[in-house]
Amino acid sequence: MLATGVVGAVEDPWIRWSWISGHADIIVAALVQHIQLTLIAVLVGLAIAVPLGLVAWRSRLFRGPIFSLTGILYTIPSLALFSLLLPFTGLTIWTAEIGLVGYTLLILVRNIVVGLNAVPDEVREAARGMGFRPLAELARVDLPLAFPAIIAGVRIATVTTIGLVTVTALIGEGGLGSLIYDGLLRDFKTPLVVGTVLCVALAVMSDLGLAGLQRVVTPWARSRAVP
Amino acid sequence: MGEKSGGAMSFFGQVIQWFQNPAHWQGDAGIPHRTFEHLLMSGASVLTAALIALPIGIAVGHYGRGGIIAINVSNVGRAIPSFAVLVLAAKLFGFVSGPKVLGFGAVPAFVALVALAIPPMVTNSYIGMREVDRDVREAARGMGMRERAVLLRVELPIAMPFIMAGIRTSAVNVVATATLAAVVAWGGLGRFILDGFGLQDYPMLFAGAVMVAVLSLIVEFSLAGVQRLSTPAGLRPSKTTQKEEPLGSSLDTAAVAA
Repeated sequence: MLATGVVGAVEDPWIRWSWISGHADIIVAALVQHIQLTLIAVLVGLAIAVPLGLVAWRSRLFRGPIFSLTGILYTIPSLALFSLLLPFTGLTIWTAEIGLVGYTLLILVRNIVVGLNAVPDEVREAARGMGFRPLAELARVDLPLAFPAIIAGVRIATVTTIGLVTVTALIGEGGLGSLIYDGLLRDFKTPLVVGTVLCVALAVMSDLGLAGLQRVVTPWARSRAVP
Repeated sequence: MGEKSGGAMSFFGQVIQWFQNPAHWQGDAGIPHRTFEHLLMSGASVLTAALIALPIGIAVGHYGRGGIIAINVSNVGRAIPSFAVLVLAAKLFGFVSGPKVLGFGAVPAFVALVALAIPPMVTNSYIGMREVDRDVREAARGMGMRERAVLLRVELPIAMPFIMAGIRTSAVNVVATATLAAVVAWGGLGRFILDGFGLQDYPMLFAGAVMVAVLSLIVEFSLAGVQRLSTPAGLRPSKTTQKEEPLGSSLDTAAVAA
């Protein structure tokens, strides 16, 4: 980062350590809220995306509309989506969460469908030959084999959501975004730097953690490169 | 708000009234000028980013070195929130005025948008170049093509759909983030949202959001069309063989949302 401050009356350093130690409670609260907003969005997103993904996988009729709708949601800029909800849901967590969940859907549904489509027909035949009922086949053959693709989707959805949560600072939520916004509004850069660094760290650690989970849960996929 | 206006129908009525008000269609703060600003800023940012990113991605792909960096640059880019990039740019470059057509706060917005648009283009153009089959490259050389001809007449046409996918991802991302740039005092359509929020003028906020959403969808769909047309005829997948790619691999390297 360049250390060229804005030309101003008082030189404001990029980071003032005394502020950090004096405001640890605020920083931790912002981080916790950020994690909460992200977790709710990704978990609710998954809860909606799994059935949607199964329908899109099984039914050619619904696949198109499901992909189109989630794609449209995904294309609408976050600030616009939050603003479309705001007159109805107000300055509540609902506005933030409905928007955030909306963004996870395309990523999750698409990866679920792609993962399930990639299950080889022979494997499915074999499962049927072994006497698996459709539901057991889904739970014990299809979904486990699709798991690497699904978790790849969860990783992207999580990292994307962590970034988007910062925008909700503009509608009264924000997590670490509220620190970033605070840094913008005041002539004081430390909260901005702290918020940004923690946000990137949170994204990287979540991504690595989920990648680790993927390796642990799908030992058979280790030799293959998975996105 | 709903309770103030007494129901959703009258809220939508207010939004329509807002659109019908001739005052909102005139001057520097009117809909046409804000749309023009938004498109000009987005276009200038994407073009500048493309001039930087595409040569890098194409060169790295052509020579086959530094691929790991080219692949990971967009993963790193995704981890950095665009909101933070905008605010950082505002702090680095101040809320200074840009060229007259782009106005106040244009410089930090432009710098942030260019920075955000580069990673997906680098990654996608690199992947596109790597998609070129080694045998195809060899065959071209065997036919007596010079290196320049191999690049221009063989590699680039095959890589073109990927390059276009990168441009499309970046462009949609830039149009979205340009909305957010209203936060750093710049204009564009995001102004209606931010000012509507500040003034508690929810019809204005909603109208701004509708315009931004429509603009983003138009950009997305038209660039998707361009991407399809950019695929050389011989490489176009037939409807039945169209392969689906999970997000996070090749064609959709970078998530859009901003």
